[in-house]
Amino acid sequence: MRKETILNACVLLGLLAVPLWALSVDEPFIITLATKAVIFAIAGVGLNFALGLGGLVSLGHAAFFGIGGYTMGILASHAQNYAPLMEWPLVIEGTKSMPVIWLFAVLFSSLAALVIGALSLRTSGVYFIMITLAFGQMLFFFMISWPAYGGEDGLVIYVRNGFPGLNTLDPIQFFGICFAILCIVLFLVSRMARSSFGLALSGARQNEERMQAVGMVPYRLYLIAFTISGAITGLSGALFADLNRFVSPTMFSWQTSGEIMIFIILGGTGRLFGPVVGAAVFILLEHMLGGLSEFWHVYLGAILLGVVLFARGGLIHLVAGREVAHD
Amino acid sequence: MSLLKLSHVSAFYGSAQALFDVHLSIDEGQVLAVMGRNGMGKSTTVKVICRMLENRGGKVLFAGQDLANVPTHRAARLGLGLVPEGRRCFPNLTVYENLIASARPGAWNFAAIAKLFPRLEERRDQLSTSLSGGEQQMLAIGRALMTNPRLLILDEATEGLAPVVRQEIWAAISRLKNETNMAILVIDKSLKELGTVADTGVILEKGRTVWSGAFSDLTPQITDQYLGV
Repeated sequence: MRKETILNACVLLGLLAVPLWALSVDEPFIITLATKAVIFAIAGVGLNFALGLGGLVSLGHAAFFGIGGYTMGILASHAQNYAPLMEWPLVIEGTKSMPVIWLFAVLFSSLAALVIGALSLRTSGVYFIMITLAFGQMLFFFMISWPAYGGEDGLVIYVRNGFPGLNTLDPIQFFGICFAILCIVLFLVSRMARSSFGLALSGARQNEERMQAVGMVPYRLYLIAFTISGAITGLSGALFADLNRFVSPTMFSWQTSGEIMIFIILGGTGRLFGPVVGAAVFILLEHMLGGLSEFWHVYLGAILLGVVLFARGGLIHLVAGREVAHD
Repeated sequence: MSLLKLSHVSAFYGSAQALFDVHLSIDEGQVLAVMGRNGMGKSTTVKVICRMLENRGGKVLFAGQDLANVPTHRAARLGLGLVPEGRRCFPNLTVYENLIASARPGAWNFAAIAKLFPRLEERRDQLSTSLSGGEQQMLAIGRALMTNPRLLILDEATEGLAPVVRQEIWAAISRLKNETNMAILVIDKSLKELGTVADTGVILEKGRTVWSGAFSDLTPQITDQYLGV
């Protein structure tokens, strides 16, 4: 068995073991931290699909994270206030059902990714980075100026949404839901990466002209990848909103996009478990260094510099070495 | 009717004219050798055929269709399979992944490629960068075949390869000619090996077709005049 496969298994087991240990010593805060790491990992896996496989450096993925979050916030707030979302021509009620909210979060974030991607992918390189950043900031300022859903103050949801057969208010059960989703997302992404679509996408990243010469259209490949990537990040946004029972325009901010990218760079760009490792390390550093100083980002910056300068494949590269084939 | 027909084709790189008057044609099941000294327009002609470069003058017809304004990917889907000069396999993909990434429905699949080049089957899970030059060339040919082309274009088919490996490549081209109805356009400097597979030939000189005809009609005088050092 390859080193990276063993490492990946250890990472998943570690993510599962920490909250179980916290449960045994009655530390619900640790379970919440682990849940946050898992949700951030899902967001990172989403961005990594576009960035690692397709080479699309998007600084606007917070837009999809925020859309997922606000989908949850808006649907749940209407449900808790017993006020329909719209009454004409159809009566559409809010909902407190997690699966329904996830469905809409994925739908809206993928639609947004399709539109943003269709426009942004006409550019490349630094222009692509800037245009995705611009879309993210547009949505950020739009949410700030939308008072119906809290404007700058955000939106508080008083009750956690429900999942059939589970008590989602129990931290370990909510963690279980998020962990299961992470596993499903990892499985699907790994299958897609090995499919002919994933291989063509990877080929287009390496040599667009060559891919065109075998009949592929790189733009379409990138757009599909960007849309899938946005959908996954949107789903993580909905989970994050449920974890905090609060959504605010901060979810759309460029700092959020930057953090999702940091997970990937820390763990290893293009490696399936890179964002999972990156998110876990990020949460760990935030918790440990955040207690020492409110300027803990300075230390994070130093660590990030170290990774970029001395371990360009991220932490997974440090432990498992170069990627020998797709995991 | 010819599968591919170029008539009076001219092409430019920016303002510099590279092709002035190229004409050639190839039928289904035929092998055409495109010859000429370095810099005479062979690879540029390939670029025009594959729509990586637009011709400004003349016509490029493939299966009766004018390829003017046809983008590269659509030309490939019409049945043009290119093995580029320098191979250019995808470095981060394995042999199998390189082949699957470009696969289109048809008779050519991994099993058929493995039969043509058993070495690729042995190296199936290796990254393409870990292959020898000859194996990379086999992979590049396999990748083009996986698109199930009607016309296979080999640009500098055996350039820089060891003699033993070159023999393998020529044997594979010969098998393709004898066992399929695919048309093959091949560019190479080795007249001796070209002679074993080519039905017809054209010679390019300074962006112009200066000779065309049955390969067997190629005389030492013609080769000395246009291909000699």
